[in-house]
This record gives sequence, C-alpha cells and structure tokens, in this order.
Amino acid sequence: MSEILIYILSTLGAIFAMLAAIGILRMPDAFLRISVTTKAATLGVGLLLGAAAVYFNDFAVSTRVQAIIIFIILTAPVGAHLIGRTTYFLGNKMWKNSVVDDLEGKYDKKNHKLLSEDVNAKNKREEEKENK
Amino acid sequence: MNLHDYLYYIILPILSLSSVVVFIRFLIGPTIVDRVVALDLVITIGIGIIAIYSIINDKPTFLDIATILALIAFLGTVAFAYYLEKRNKKDE
Repeated sequence: MSEILIYILSTLGAIFAMLAAIGILRMPDAFLRISVTTKAATLGVGLLLGAAAVYFNDFAVSTRVQAIIIFIILTAPVGAHLIGRTTYFLGNKMWKNSVVDDLEGKYDKKNHKLLSEDVNAKNKREEEKENK
Repeated sequence: MNLHDYLYYIILPILSLSSVVVFIRFLIGPTIVDRVVALDLVITIGIGIIAIYSIINDKPTFLDIATILALIAFLGTVAFAYYLEKRNKKDE
C-alpha cells in the first residue's frame, strides 16, 4: 500500500521538476521564468520529499522532511519577489506580447521607492509647492 | 520492476535530465538574473535528487544535507538580489 503511494508521489514530483526545467528553458522573458520555476519546483520537491517520508515511516525522518518542506514553501515566494524586484530595477525588457505593466512610471528610479502615483506627476507637484 | 529499480532507472534520470536542462539556461542566460534563478533551481532539484537517493540507499541521514542545501539556496538568492540592486543604485 505504501509502495503504491511512493510510486505516485515520486512520479508526480519528477514530472513537476521536469516541467520547471522545461519552463526555465522555453519561457521568453525573465519574469515568466521566475514565475514558472518558483511554483513548479516548490510542488515537485515537496512531493519528492513526501515520498521519502512515506518510505522511511519514522517519526524523526518525517519531522525533518516537514521542516524542509515548510522552509521551502516559506522562502521560495520571498526569494522570487526579491529577485523579481531586482529584475525590474535592472531594466529588463518584458516579453513583446505582454499586455500591461502596472508599475510603469510608479517606481522612483533614484531611491527605489514604490509610489501610488506617477513619478513625474509627483515631481511636478513638489516643484509647484516649492515655487509657492 | 520493483520500487528500487523504478526509482533508479526512471525517476533519477528524469531529475538528472532536468538539472542538465536548467544548466543550459545557466550557460546561455542573457541577463545575470536568469543565471541566479537557474542556480536556485539547480539546487532545488538537487534537494529532490537527495531525497530519492536516500530512499534508494535506505539512509535517512542524507536528508540533513537537503536541509543545508535549502538554506544555502535561499541565502544565495537573497544575497544576489540585494547586491545586484545595490550595484544598480550606485551606477545612477
């Protein structure tokens, strides 16, 4: 019974890891690559570790596996967000068929702050305030 | 075909092939960000390989190394992101 579970978990995990690898090779732009690798790789590795936990059937091993899975689930989105933010600041172009860029003009390039309005509009308003 | 053979002849080759494919992106990646992401993904797939390898050899001790690898992957990504952004800020 547990052997069948190991077959299923390891197969699914390998398939998801393979999908992540194909995704990072085939996706057209850096943002899409970050997106596809984070999601697919987290699930794939989680399933492979689950297979190990089922196979050993031991409290110490299960705890260790759980710690690794929780750590990966917590850190993968944080790392992806940080590297995606850096990608945006480095000025990487988006794919030519991308529809909308919500952050266009809202990042202050000087001090790397996110505004809720357009940067140029804000600078103009501040200039007017100084003139008064 | 028992479980050992299945893991050894099907799952491990799939994972190895995946890491080779990711390594191709690491080599050709047009920007440095692509390389950082590829490095992160190679380490993440390495964790999966370690998990399967510990099942094949019946040694749960290998999972400790998987923990350390997960820590190092996160640390590396954060450090690269931080310093790349800082370098960019200094240029302007």
